[in-house]
Amino acid sequence: MTALPPPAPRKLGLVIDLDTCVGCHACAVACKEWNEGGQFGPLPDADASGREPHGVWFNRVHSYAVERSAERQPGAAASTCAEGAPALGVHFPRSCLHCETPDCVTVCPTGASYKRAEDGIVLVDEDKCIGCQLCAWACPYGAREFSVDKGTMQKCTLCVDRIYNERLEEADRQPACVMACPTRARHFGDLGDADSAVSKLVAERAGYALLPEFGYQPVNRYLPPRPRRDGTNASAVPAPEPAEPLVHEALPPLLRWLDRALSR
Amino acid sequence: MRPTFSIIVFTVLSGTGYGAWFLLGLGSAVGPLCARPGTLDGISLQLCAEPFGSTLGLLAGCVLVAGGLLASLGHLGKPARAWRALSQWRTSWLSREGVAALLTFIPALLLLVPALALEFTLLGTSADPVAPRWWMAPFWPQPLRSSIGLALAAGALATLWSTAHIYASLKPVRAWRDRQVVPGFLLLGLYGGALLLLAMDALDGMLIERDRTALLLGVVALAGLGAWLKWRYWQAIDTLPALGAGRATGLEALGRVAATEAPHSEENYLTHEMGFVLARKHAARLRRITLMAGFAMPALLAAAALAWPALRPSLVWTALLLATIGLLVERWLFFAQARHAVMAYYGR
Repeated sequence: MTALPPPAPRKLGLVIDLDTCVGCHACAVACKEWNEGGQFGPLPDADASGREPHGVWFNRVHSYAVERSAERQPGAAASTCAEGAPALGVHFPRSCLHCETPDCVTVCPTGASYKRAEDGIVLVDEDKCIGCQLCAWACPYGAREFSVDKGTMQKCTLCVDRIYNERLEEADRQPACVMACPTRARHFGDLGDADSAVSKLVAERAGYALLPEFGYQPVNRYLPPRPRRDGTNASAVPAPEPAEPLVHEALPPLLRWLDRALSR
Repeated sequence: MRPTFSIIVFTVLSGTGYGAWFLLGLGSAVGPLCARPGTLDGISLQLCAEPFGSTLGLLAGCVLVAGGLLASLGHLGKPARAWRALSQWRTSWLSREGVAALLTFIPALLLLVPALALEFTLLGTSADPVAPRWWMAPFWPQPLRSSIGLALAAGALATLWSTAHIYASLKPVRAWRDRQVVPGFLLLGLYGGALLLLAMDALDGMLIERDRTALLLGVVALAGLGAWLKWRYWQAIDTLPALGAGRATGLEALGRVAATEAPHSEENYLTHEMGFVLARKHAARLRRITLMAGFAMPALLAAAALAWPALRPSLVWTALLLATIGLLVERWLFFAQARHAVMAYYGR
């Protein structure tokens, strides 16, 4: 059924750290490798070594330059140091966000596209898919790609065939992209549970959802680049609030020294 | 969005077919209207006919609808599984369209098959041409025929409505969220349908025999309305602000975001399907072609047909052909000029 399941407490998803992502594409390659042989594979490439290779990838890594115009001093010359702060390079992995209320599920005419009630993973039943591609049109995030070779749509499965796979070591029951990331910029967990590690990370780093104005309520979160030492982009990223107000003067001398040392 | 040939042909042909079916269904629902009694060779007689009524029109509608639906299968990756698309009518406009499209064939065939059978009987037998047979449609009792006509009109309208909503419901394609889209699909379907009926009337001589003033005036009015709607739509989509990479990535608060490197060196499905870039220098010209061939000239030809009844057959056929070309160009633009939100990630 392409009707959405009732909201479930469990919302499995990814948290992607744009501060530490170095744009190495290891996540994209590991994803491709796992899903080529996994339950939802193969992910065939056409003309792979030819002139116009094309094929389905569940994960695509974009790169952007952020020109920090907001920090420019009015009247400063173009060559001054403050003005010439280098553009911020941001690598941006883009994959399915496993939205809570996605149109890619409800527009599907066959029931091939569905959202799991138990953990919120959005999947395609390739045996039912007719390849009308309407789900791809309905997704602003480009999460769905049409396989010319298979004639059906394919998309990120959140490695559903890994994360519940009891043949794997428990530590390996994570999406392939998360396992592969050399800078630990990708985190997997239950974003419906406020006490989970990923939820805490999102709360601490002001993680945000992409294009919330579409109303699809993405589950995945992106962590913004941290403020630089020179203070740039500090304005855009709110500094995390301390959990409890700490009055320095009211502390006993030893703790006051510790506070000073740790605040350095 | 990439203008796919199969979808353009489907929406234009089926739209015209369903428009014709809608008018014919309305005609059957209203029932025969009688002209003032006259005399022919000294015998007093009164001509009665359904408004728009024409067996050829029903048949042509059937051919266009079926042809369009078959063409739409060409867009599917797995056409053999198309039957599955009838299952999710609770949520999916595409599924609703499929269900409505097929259900509408029932009243259409209930009217068409007996009408055709009657025509063939009249052609084939000279001895006893009107021996009543169970399948002889025109002899459906009037209340039943009215209900069938009403079902045909409702089904055709529901199909056009669903087709329009397939596009109008796609949030990432902001041009299609425009208010003009749904009325546009209905209106252009009706417009094509009216022209189709006139052209079919020309084939069996009814265009001269019967009074088609209302239909010709309707074509002129629909052409004017259609051109106005399309003009408004183009004005609206031309002023849509771009989404931009900053908004798409959520990094806009940090500064101006520019895509420096794409995730892939070659085209992929997304850039191929959603990143279709129309050569802009042709857009204005194609819009002018739509307005001229699609609306202005057919309206002039229909007005000329009002003035010179003897020339009607050639005038309405020219109008139908020009309007079809215009509508095909219009539909091509509808896709080619609609931008998909995902391209913001690519900085396009």
